[in-house]
Amino acid sequence: MFDFSIVTHWIHNLLTSLMPDDLAVFIECLAIGICILLTYAIIAIIMIFMERKVCAAFQCRLGPMRVGPWGTIQVFADVFKMLIKEIIAIRHADKFLYNLAPYLVILASIMAFSCLPFNKGMAVLDFNVGIFFLMAASSIGIVGILLAGWSSNNKYSLIGAMRSGAQMISYELSVGLSLLTMIVFTDTMQFSEIVERQADGWFIFKGHIPAFIAFVIYLIAGNAEVNRGPFDLPEAESELTAGYHTEYSGMHFGLFYVAEFVNLFIIAGVAATIFLGGWMPLHIPGLEGFNTVMDYIPGFIWFFGKAFFVVWILMWFKWTFPRLRIDQILTLEWKYLVPIGLCNLLLMVIIVVFKLHF
Amino acid sequence: MKEKQSYIGGLLHGIGTLLTGMKVTSREFFTPKVTEQYPENRATLEISPRFRGRLVMPTDENGNHKCVACGLCQMACPNDTIHLTTESITNEETGKKKKVLVEYKYDLGACMFCQLCVNACPHHAIEFSPEFENAVFDRSTLVLTLNKK
Repeated sequence: MFDFSIVTHWIHNLLTSLMPDDLAVFIECLAIGICILLTYAIIAIIMIFMERKVCAAFQCRLGPMRVGPWGTIQVFADVFKMLIKEIIAIRHADKFLYNLAPYLVILASIMAFSCLPFNKGMAVLDFNVGIFFLMAASSIGIVGILLAGWSSNNKYSLIGAMRSGAQMISYELSVGLSLLTMIVFTDTMQFSEIVERQADGWFIFKGHIPAFIAFVIYLIAGNAEVNRGPFDLPEAESELTAGYHTEYSGMHFGLFYVAEFVNLFIIAGVAATIFLGGWMPLHIPGLEGFNTVMDYIPGFIWFFGKAFFVVWILMWFKWTFPRLRIDQILTLEWKYLVPIGLCNLLLMVIIVVFKLHF
Repeated sequence: MKEKQSYIGGLLHGIGTLLTGMKVTSREFFTPKVTEQYPENRATLEISPRFRGRLVMPTDENGNHKCVACGLCQMACPNDTIHLTTESITNEETGKKKKVLVEYKYDLGACMFCQLCVNACPHHAIEFSPEFENAVFDRSTLVLTLNKK
C-alpha cells in the first residue's frame, strides 16, 4: 500500500533544511491550498461531464458528443463561457450580501472537501473530530444560500432560499443520525482512523443490517442536503424559475453550480469513506493472496472508484424519481427518516454492546 | 382509490415503487442509445418509410410511370405546387383520343407536404420518398420535373 505521507515528509524535510520552520509551514500551506483548489476544480469538471453523460444514458441519449472526442471538451467550453460572462449587479439588491453569498457556499464546500482522505497519508484536515468538523463546515453553505435568496430582492429567490433552509436543516439531522450510528460502531471521529479500522472488512459488511440502513438513510439525506435529485425544490425551475440563484449570473452563478456538484462528490466521498472503506482496498479475512493482490491497486484509485460509484447511484436517484413537494419532503424527513434513524441508532448500540457485528 | 395504508405498509409500498422506477431506469441505462449522429451516419441512416421528404413519381423497370394525366393531384394541391402539361394523342388503330403526360412540374419550395396529392391519385403514380436532404442554393432548382427519365 503506497503511503503518501512519505512524499509529504520528504517535502517538509527539504523545505525545513532550506529555510526557517515558519516560512516552510507557510509555503506548505500555500501549496496545499492551491492543490485543494485545483483538485476541487478538476473534480467539478469531471462531475459536470459525468452528470451530463449519466443523465443522457438514463434517458437513452448519448449526451454531449460534438465538442472534442465524446464531448470531453464541452465542459471546458462551458466553464470558459461562464468565466467571460458579465456579473450583473441587481438594482436594490443588498450588494454586500449579494456578492458574499456565493463565496460562503464555495467556502463551506472547500472546507468540507479538504476533510476527505484520498489516500493513505493524503488527507489535508485529519484530526480527532473530523466528522464533526465536516458536518459543521458543510452547514455553513446553508447560510450562503439563505443570504443569496435574501439579498437578491426577488420573491422567487427568497421562497427558494427559505425552502432550502427548511430542507437542508431538516436533513442535516438525518445525515447526523446516520453518521452517529457509524460513530457508535467505530468509536472514533477521525477519518484516517475510520479508514484504518476497515482493513479487515468495510463497515457496510462488518456492521451488516444497521450499517446498511444507515448507508441508505445517508444517501437519501445527503442527496437532499445538497439540493439535488428528487429534492431539488429550492431550485424548482418550474415554479420558482431557479430559486435562490435566479438573480445570479456569470461566475457567481458558476460558483453555486460548481459547489452543488462538488457537494455531491463530498457526500459520495464521505459515504465511500465511512461505509465503503475509503481508500482501503477490498480485504476479505482469510484470503491472504486476494488481499495482497488488492493492495497493489493504489488507495486513491479505490477512493475515487468508490466515490464515483456512489455519485453514480445518486445520479441514478436523481434521473429516476420525480421532484417532491415541500410537504412531502418534510414528511419524508420527520415522519420516516428521523424515526428510522433513531431506531437504527438503538439497533447499532445493541449490536455493539452485545458484539453481534463481524 | 386504494385504502389508506398503515405506516409500515406505506413505507414498504413506497420502497417497492421506488425500486420499480430504478429498475426501469437501470434497464434504460444499458440499452443501446437512440441518438442518431446525423452527418456521420449518412451511410447507415434509416428514415421511416412514411416520412414525407419530397414527391417522386416511381417508374417500373422499363421507365414507365403510372400517371394518366388526370390532373386530380393538381386540383387537390392547396398550394398550387403541381403543374401538369398534357397533350392529346389519337390512337391510329382505334381512332380514340387519349390524354398523356408531357411534363409534371412540382415546386418543392411551395410544397407543404400534406400528402393530399398522393391521396388523390387514383393510380398510385406519385408518392413521397423519405429522402430529406433538400437544401439547394437557388429557389429555381427546387422546381422539379418528376416524369423526367
